[in-house]
Amino acid sequence: MQQRIQQSGQTWRRWKNHLATGTAVLGALVVVAPLLAIFAYLIYKGASSLNWAFFTKVPKPVGEIGGGMENAIVGSGVLLTVASLIGIPIGIAAGVYLAEFGRKRLLSNLVRFTADVLNGVPSIVVGIAVYSLIVVTQRHFSAFSGGVALGIMMIPTVTRTTEEMLLLVPHAVREAALGLGVPNWRSTVSITLRTASAGIITGCMLAFARVAGETAPLLFTAFGNDDKSLALNQPIAALPLQIFVYAVSPYNDWHRLAWAGSLVLIFLIVVSVSLVRYVTSRGVLKGAS
Amino acid sequence: MGVGIEVKDLNAWYGSTHTLRDIHLNIPANHATALIGPSGCGKSTFVRCLNRMHETNPIARVTGTVKIGDLDIYNDVSPVVIRRRIGMVFQRPNPFPTMSIYDNVASGLRLNGFRNRQALDEIVERSLRRAALWDEVKDDLKRKSGASISGGQQQRLCIARTLAVDPEVLLMDEPASALDPISTAKIEDLIFQLKSEYTIVIVTHNMQQAARVAEKTGFFLNGQLVEFDATTKIFTNPSDKRTEDYITGRFG
Repeated sequence: MQQRIQQSGQTWRRWKNHLATGTAVLGALVVVAPLLAIFAYLIYKGASSLNWAFFTKVPKPVGEIGGGMENAIVGSGVLLTVASLIGIPIGIAAGVYLAEFGRKRLLSNLVRFTADVLNGVPSIVVGIAVYSLIVVTQRHFSAFSGGVALGIMMIPTVTRTTEEMLLLVPHAVREAALGLGVPNWRSTVSITLRTASAGIITGCMLAFARVAGETAPLLFTAFGNDDKSLALNQPIAALPLQIFVYAVSPYNDWHRLAWAGSLVLIFLIVVSVSLVRYVTSRGVLKGAS
Repeated sequence: MGVGIEVKDLNAWYGSTHTLRDIHLNIPANHATALIGPSGCGKSTFVRCLNRMHETNPIARVTGTVKIGDLDIYNDVSPVVIRRRIGMVFQRPNPFPTMSIYDNVASGLRLNGFRNRQALDEIVERSLRRAALWDEVKDDLKRKSGASISGGQQQRLCIARTLAVDPEVLLMDEPASALDPISTAKIEDLIFQLKSEYTIVIVTHNMQQAARVAEKTGFFLNGQLVEFDATTKIFTNPSDKRTEDYITGRFG
């Protein structure tokens, strides 16, 4: 009798185990599935339109078949460079302030709150704000204003991940540096930030990947440009913007280019994120994390 | 060479908690001095007052004077300068996890702007030898992270890192409490050798350890220094009843 109760208890326990494991695996698959599906569909729709001209030619006038998106690829590069130059340093500096210097001050609560709200502000609102601040005062659309809009969108993610990663650095590590007679600022830069660098870089990449696909804030800042341009004070093309314009157009050829553009955009994001991860993980010694 | 430490009227607070009360103490140069007492008695706070680490906590406060040799550390200089002359080894090994073994030892000098590579090589080797770690790590100096070696090795690495900046005083806050007996014995051997060159102050919960390594011992209780005398006297014939109760295990 006793044995039977034990056995049936064991069977039920095993079932529960399988059930829980199964649910977790299912959840993992559901997470991965959309990404794989998007990838597969993009390759299916876009790969056939990819050719050398796509990367080396600017768009042809309406009605002519062919042309490429060199302008948009270069444009996205310029915009993301400007955005990173603005968003990453400001974000990291604010994160350092929050974690190291102003843990309980009024200003730091304000900064934290602002960052969280900014994170939730719709991207089109950021676009309008930058439009009225920069585009209206300068009286022209520009790559610079687009970069500023994207940079502003990067700040909250970079700030909050920097703060969180710095707070994960054990207090003992800071004490070790101070105990060696290292000045506070030096300890923050060379020890704490360095110890947290892997996590901070991941945060920067997340922010980068997020704004790389943004369309709305560019609509009235970067505006778009059918020619290749590197000038910061001129309107500039961007991949998501070009995809948007082409996708809503009535032309079949443009639809094909939009698909190819989406594929390239996703591919570039995956490559740049992987590259940064690879480069930063190589420098860090084994057993460090 | 080590220098003596003269402590007068030292009081310390954490917020409103008065953790150290009127400490008077003369720590002799080039000797090891042990501080014993139950948890929370203020002995860690005391050593942290000797290199001004206490005040890194924003709610902490100190009054009184501490003289290291001729230097009045609370009046003459900045805490950063003090901490270069008074090295500290902490309870838990705390090597910099993203740095190699070599970089860990060199860190104190490098972070203060020292750039001479050849001299660094020599200092790193000498410090690791003094910390009795050289033979175990010399082949992996720049390959292994400071966090990848064993706990006992990490603690000796931390000692080497402290020795590399050439301090005059070595403060050790329960340096062996997180280590196994073999590693503990190595650290104790080390203290024995190092005290000819440095003044050593060691906080310990282990009374045998105090008896083994220190010439002088101080007993702390509730933020007060109850008794300070030769180690043999403290352990065989203490003058205060409370000291006797503590070392015989009647409380604490």
